[in-house]
Amino acid sequence: MMTSFLFRAMDTRAGIFLAIMAAAIILVPAGNLLAPEGSAFHVPNYAVTLMGKYLTYALLALAVDLVWGYCGILSLGHAAFFALGGYAMGMYLMRQIGTRGVYGDPNLPDFMVFLNWQELPWYWYGFDMFWFAALMVLLVPGFLAFVFGWFAFRSRVTGVYLSIITQALTYALLLAFFRNDMGFGGNNGLTDFKDILGFDIQADTTRAGLFAASGIALVLCFIVCRALTRSKLGKVLVAVRDAESRTRFLGYRVEHYKLFVWTLSAMMAGIAGALYVPQVGIINPGEFAPANSIEVVIWVAVGGRGTLVGAVLGAVLVNFAKTWFTGALPDIWLFALGGLFVFVTLFLPKGIVGTVSQGWTALRQRKASAAYESGSGDPPSAPPQSPGAPANVKHSNRAPVTAEPQPAE
Amino acid sequence: MARASSLLYLDGVSVSFDGFKALNDLSLTIGPGEMRAIIGPNGAGKTTMMDVITGKTRPDSGEVFFDGNIDLTGEDEASIAELGIGRKFQKPTVFESHTVWDNLELALKAPRGPFATLFHVISGAEKKRIEYLLELIRLGGKRGDLAANLSHGQKQWLEIGMLLAQDPKLLLVDEPAAGMTDAETAETAELLKDIANDHSVVVVEHDMVFVRSLGVKVTVLHEGSVLAEGSLDHVSANDRVVEVYLGR
Repeated sequence: MMTSFLFRAMDTRAGIFLAIMAAAIILVPAGNLLAPEGSAFHVPNYAVTLMGKYLTYALLALAVDLVWGYCGILSLGHAAFFALGGYAMGMYLMRQIGTRGVYGDPNLPDFMVFLNWQELPWYWYGFDMFWFAALMVLLVPGFLAFVFGWFAFRSRVTGVYLSIITQALTYALLLAFFRNDMGFGGNNGLTDFKDILGFDIQADTTRAGLFAASGIALVLCFIVCRALTRSKLGKVLVAVRDAESRTRFLGYRVEHYKLFVWTLSAMMAGIAGALYVPQVGIINPGEFAPANSIEVVIWVAVGGRGTLVGAVLGAVLVNFAKTWFTGALPDIWLFALGGLFVFVTLFLPKGIVGTVSQGWTALRQRKASAAYESGSGDPPSAPPQSPGAPANVKHSNRAPVTAEPQPAE
Repeated sequence: MARASSLLYLDGVSVSFDGFKALNDLSLTIGPGEMRAIIGPNGAGKTTMMDVITGKTRPDSGEVFFDGNIDLTGEDEASIAELGIGRKFQKPTVFESHTVWDNLELALKAPRGPFATLFHVISGAEKKRIEYLLELIRLGGKRGDLAANLSHGQKQWLEIGMLLAQDPKLLLVDEPAAGMTDAETAETAELLKDIANDHSVVVVEHDMVFVRSLGVKVTVLHEGSVLAEGSLDHVSANDRVVEVYLGR
């Protein structure tokens, strides 16, 4: 059962993606740690951290693509789950500081001492243990998503209304986490981390390790998403996206399907946040900002909605552009981002990956017809394949996805 | 017919939208294995009746029972579909970004839960059943095509195929011949008659020629209640029916 489930995840496109990821996971840390400084192969420290950060963004984009690209749920609040995962990890890192804080209190983080708190709030218990924090990274975003989704999907809130309440969700959390009384460091958030699992968080090896961990997390989540979207469940999701009420009348309980992917997606976003925080060294309520969630949607749209690989590509490309722009031309970054979104919407409605694979199909079909006309080869029959086509139904002459994702209501 | 021996039993069903009575004290009984045609002018409540049966709309008052003793008014769309009522919409609704094959596979009778579908591996029996249906709806050569690329008539047929794949006890078919050529209409009538051999079918249709070719008992709806019932010739002879519908 499990093997056939995972077997479905693989095809050429997934293979290429996994090969690139494997190369990055090995070569970047190797280039940083093994190649001597000044060598052409040396990867500077800042680049390792920067790329590690991109990978966590890519994982967040993957999570958004799963719900938006395949199930039509346009989430404008995924940064909330990302930030919650980040806070869970941040709490663990705070507890690891121990007596090395400014006030030297063995139990209380600095901000609590500063606020004259006498003891640790109950919800900070257990976060000194890594396994507990790691569990919370999954459970806290998952639980919130489950409760939110339970009410929203059962009441059949869809389309733009759902998008608006996801914005409200992340904004409410933003305001809540700004309050000092919440016990999460208020405005300043959590920072001044010292070590993670006993390793110095500033050390080159730790940074390389975090990069590799982000890469591996991305690969694993990609395989899960890929297997899931190519299973029958994935077909049901696309069916829900395209004709929700038809799916209901076939006997599928649409709200259960939505709840399942929604919760899974939130957990992936939580993992992304947890890997992000040790690499950037801070988590504060700014991560809940509604604009962040919207930016993630732009990454996915640029890369190609409903393609998984596209989400990763979009996140890396847009963030690379952001890094470059904010360094070289800081004033025009927001204009560039807006311009990019307009450009993609007008000229590449399927995103980069969607457009490329469409062009590839057209090219192959043209070649096939040319071969047929010149008297050799089989008649051109390239049946377009649906996004959730199973591995065990063979169509002759398979072509990449050409189905156009429908707009979310 | 008594409730206990009926397949579908509607009694005194009323539905109103903002004061407009879409269904007004509608009573209707379908027996097991029966095929019934329902006709009526626009706004007679045909589609609302289907909505009530399939759980999309809750009736304000009245009883809806399936299979003698299952109360449908408390169930939602998914569980009513699971009970064995399949519905074809007026506008053909298929999953456009799925292939014809996948459309049928999704409709095929199988466990409907997320975890069941996540680990589902298509079985030989399921493949055979899909092959059989593809043959039946004459889309065998288009199995790999996206449903979006089918013609209107082919979509109608695919949707009927999906209905059959569900293997329901009762099929509700809303205007199956809409937008079809005469030849296609005749074929559709034949197909429905075939289906009626081992299923109960309720067909809503405007096309009189089509209804006549089905040759079954006809119920005429008008302003949300039953105006007349009987053979097509019998109801055509009814003065009120002529006045509200046929005479125009």
